[in-house]
Amino acid sequence: MQTFTNNAGSAIVDQLILTIQENKQYLSDIDGLIGDGDHGINMNKGFTMCREELDKNPGDLAHGLKTLSKILMMKIGGSMGPLYGKFFKAIALSLEGKEEIGINEMGEALKAAVDAIASISPAKVGDKTLIDTLIPALAAYEKAQTEGKSFTEALEAMKIAAIEGRDSTKDMVAKLGRASRLGERSRGVLDAGATSCCLILETIADEAGQLIK
Amino acid sequence: MQKFINNPSRVVEEMLEAYVIAHADLVSNTENERVIKYKNAPIKGKVGIVTGGGSGHKPAFIGYVGRNMVDAVACGELFSSPPAQMFYDAVKAADGGKGIAILYGNYAGDNMNVAMAMEELEDEGIEVKKVVANDDVPSAPKGEEARRRGVAGEILMWKVGGAKAAMGASLDEVIAAAQKAINNTRSMGVGLAPCTLPEVGHPNFTIPEGKMEIGIGHHGEPGIEVVNLEPAAKVAQRMCDVIIPDLPFEAGDEAVVLISGLGSTPVMELYILFNDVQRILKEKGIKIHVSYIGNYFTSLEMAGATLTLMKLDEELKACIDYECDSVGMRQFQRV
Repeated sequence: MQTFTNNAGSAIVDQLILTIQENKQYLSDIDGLIGDGDHGINMNKGFTMCREELDKNPGDLAHGLKTLSKILMMKIGGSMGPLYGKFFKAIALSLEGKEEIGINEMGEALKAAVDAIASISPAKVGDKTLIDTLIPALAAYEKAQTEGKSFTEALEAMKIAAIEGRDSTKDMVAKLGRASRLGERSRGVLDAGATSCCLILETIADEAGQLIK
Repeated sequence: MQKFINNPSRVVEEMLEAYVIAHADLVSNTENERVIKYKNAPIKGKVGIVTGGGSGHKPAFIGYVGRNMVDAVACGELFSSPPAQMFYDAVKAADGGKGIAILYGNYAGDNMNVAMAMEELEDEGIEVKKVVANDDVPSAPKGEEARRRGVAGEILMWKVGGAKAAMGASLDEVIAAAQKAINNTRSMGVGLAPCTLPEVGHPNFTIPEGKMEIGIGHHGEPGIEVVNLEPAAKVAQRMCDVIIPDLPFEAGDEAVVLISGLGSTPVMELYILFNDVQRILKEKGIKIHVSYIGNYFTSLEMAGATLTLMKLDEELKACIDYECDSVGMRQFQRV
């Protein structure tokens, strides 16, 4: 049975922070094409505040994600603060107190995260939002799970579906959020939220993949 | 970009710093630099009135903080919802022990951030309720009112909620009055030119010269259609044709009229629009109780205007006539 420990999982949070910091400009550039160009700035602000907090008060994966969620929800406004705040809070609550994380624990956590976003956002697949990355990614993970694939394989399937989901937003017309004012003009550009969501899922898949024993 | 700014990413901070100095007779800072309160808030034994939203709508939202109006406001980045922490801190700044009413507009970010702030506050046992303004008729069809955005009608909701709270009403009574105010209010915007967020540096949508966008939102959200620019009388007619039947406003009704510029439209033109609006209302037998004409709820330097009508009953009328003092609205007790 493939697993990694909640303690070792703190490396996932460290890498998530680095990934967002490294992609700050990229995310803002994408957002600037059809949004207001502050997605990378705001995400970087939240994740960097989390870095500072975790340096003072480190812990396991659940603790790290809980810290991240609290900062995103309370300090970063707009829509992304609450959406990613809810997302990471649900994962943290789901994993809290679990020593070992395997394919089922991660599956439950991801499902809880998607449900949490659905509880505060009306976005559906095809609206050109982070949901377009999230829903197919979870579906691919769960499919691998049902087919009896390994944890590593399920994470890899999730990653591939996330990338495809992100890319699917390119040809969509935004129906929600700031970009929706552009109508047809929003076509041809990736959605910034779908892109950052893909980075997050890729990072989780890669880091967890390395931790799995 | 023709703007009086120093640092594009600090426009909100610099404005707020200046605001509390310029209007020290009315407002003061709180521990959260993005939360501004009425200087005497919290008022013990009075329901607190809180609002918040993205900045760039001067005098909204901050301009309606004052006596018998809004007690505390959460000021987000330009056109971007304040985080939950700011709404939370604004509620704390307005908490006089009789409950707090959060009165704000229907936008995805604001809805989520208010919901999260309320979760935290309820966990602490603070009684907090909300009313979500949805007066912008063109933003969703009839039957889907819950999807409509909040625009200038929010001001009338704050006026009513603020007055009701000042009269000594309970939280439930304040919420009911504010909800009735917005239920009786309909708005519509027409845009003539876009605006530019300083950090972006260019307009993020366009309205071609000689065209106007019917039903445009407060952040440039797309309207119903883009048509050739028409004389003011026709624009007023278009707005009335959408707003009046939607409630509907009927012969014998008494109404408040609010025409707000979107930022760069001369107030003179708002009066020209009003002239036709008042004529149309008169023809329909709708009596105007009071009219507000000016820049009440803007969108940076967008050109255009919103028309808002609110149908009155005795309770709403008493609230509208009630004395208040804020930068955006001052009222001596109307007798």
